[in-house]
Amino acid sequence: MMAAEKNGAVWVIAELGGDQIQPVSLQLLGKGRGLADQLQVPLDCILLGNETEGFARTLIKAGADRVYIGNDPQLSNYQPDLYLDIIQKLAHEHEPAIMLLGSTFMGRELAPLLAASLRTGLSAHCIDLMINEDMILEQIIPAYGGLITIICPERRPQMATVADGVFSLPAFSEQRKGEVVLVEVPQGISQFVELVEVVQIPKEGVALESARVVVAGGAGACDQEGWAEITKLAEVLNAGLGSTRPAVDEGWTALETMIGQSGKMVNPEIYIGVGLSGELQHMVGIAGAKVMIGINNDRKAPIFKQVDYGIVEDCREFIPVLLKKLEEFGVE
Amino acid sequence: MLRIVVCVKAVPNPEEAEKIKIDPITKALPRNNIALVINPLDQNALEAAIQLKERRGAHITVVSMGPPVAGNIVKECLALGADEGILLSDPAFAGADAFTTAYTIAKAIEKLAPIDVVFCGVASSDGATEWVGPELSIFLGMPVVTMVRELTHTEGETWQVQADIENGYRLVRVKLPAVFTVTRDVNTPRKLSFSGIIKARQKEITALGLKDLGLLDGEVGLRGSPTIVSRLDHLEIKREMKLLEGTTEEKAEHLVRILHKSGVI
Repeated sequence: MMAAEKNGAVWVIAELGGDQIQPVSLQLLGKGRGLADQLQVPLDCILLGNETEGFARTLIKAGADRVYIGNDPQLSNYQPDLYLDIIQKLAHEHEPAIMLLGSTFMGRELAPLLAASLRTGLSAHCIDLMINEDMILEQIIPAYGGLITIICPERRPQMATVADGVFSLPAFSEQRKGEVVLVEVPQGISQFVELVEVVQIPKEGVALESARVVVAGGAGACDQEGWAEITKLAEVLNAGLGSTRPAVDEGWTALETMIGQSGKMVNPEIYIGVGLSGELQHMVGIAGAKVMIGINNDRKAPIFKQVDYGIVEDCREFIPVLLKKLEEFGVE
Repeated sequence: MLRIVVCVKAVPNPEEAEKIKIDPITKALPRNNIALVINPLDQNALEAAIQLKERRGAHITVVSMGPPVAGNIVKECLALGADEGILLSDPAFAGADAFTTAYTIAKAIEKLAPIDVVFCGVASSDGATEWVGPELSIFLGMPVVTMVRELTHTEGETWQVQADIENGYRLVRVKLPAVFTVTRDVNTPRKLSFSGIIKARQKEITALGLKDLGLLDGEVGLRGSPTIVSRLDHLEIKREMKLLEGTTEEKAEHLVRILHKSGVI
């Protein structure tokens, strides 16, 4: 266990996605900057990969005071043993007060490996982070129709993951100055998990993050057939297809379509929630939509308190009628 | 023979779990009597173990931490095909966060050594942190692969598995012993059979507490947890809602007009 150290820095573990920095890493630098200023400590960033040196400047412009860069062909893809070894050693050496990671697939594996190795706590998929009067990080997650505040009062670092889109991108400043530190990459470390290959599966449909319209479905779809209707509505409206956890758990749709705390945060012009109850974990991911429409057969469903327009209908009956009306209007 | 541990959690039936809500006035979680079931993804973890057992022989031990009533869940796992059940139940374990839960379960698994494979569901439906599997791997000194969608090669001491990543998957080679957290894509869990229930009558559930695991009071449960819940708040996302009236057709027409006015069609 690391001692609670007053002047530990705020750390962001950044990540590359393809040939660019993951947006969530930059968003975390924006948020981390504010936290570091409040604590009057530096904001540090770690980026591991191959040919990473060119990215250091971007991370500094986004708010980092110091960037630890790992630059080695061995790091070109996420390698749990190596990544854990490097970051753990840096953390032991510098004793950060706070360590933040994106809720990416890498972050979701690496964060708990780091937390357990550093004998500290970790909260999952926070929707807000703030410093309280005791200078402790409040980590806020939605649950049980409300918000839960989690703190890690004694152990350090205080660790949290945050999904893409929770925080906005920072203002990049050309004037910002920062230090770049090249970290030593251990050679010949035994790797128990060895990457054989990465297989990309091309995405179908409109990307949720950039869609003007989002159609999201939930348990009310009832079955695969009901889900197919919702998918069709999304297609016809050229909308991003979203979902709630129950729809994912039923196997109707992929995890990537899930909107909310542990999924994606989106801000479309139009949101149509179909056959979903309006659980907070989902709604926090869509609350920024301009116009919101809810369709549910239960007038008492919480969704109807959180949207601009409500339609009390069974979605399996309503969607086919809506599709027909859209067709008559000339939308196909 | 392959020695497998499957970690399972008793969770409130996910279909009813949304009834548990923070009280707007007391800011506390009300007591509830929602039935406990096997966490859905843990059923996939158990199924993965059972399929291996059927194919090449294995000894499956189910480990669950929870209140005494969680014993029913362990019993159900035995009826589904596990050989042995361990229930970690002690008032001292109550209030554990992911870290302490993983630490306590790791102590129990160490007692079962040697173990070749540990299967967990990626996340529980009620906690949804995804942390227990990977944290367990650190405490056990084993590698982990999270988000496993396919067990591609499971012969010998080095396995190949596919695990979800952004827009695809990674294929990795892992040396056993190892921890795997599985998604629902990995298999389709079987249903309980009558013969399974009969066979399970002869199988044993061992209850282990604080002392059995050689742990101290301050290491487990709420007191041993690095994180604590400092506050519960009621939250409402509220908008002024206009209900669309009329027949189904009229409502659909109205919605088309709203979409048109917004400029998206």
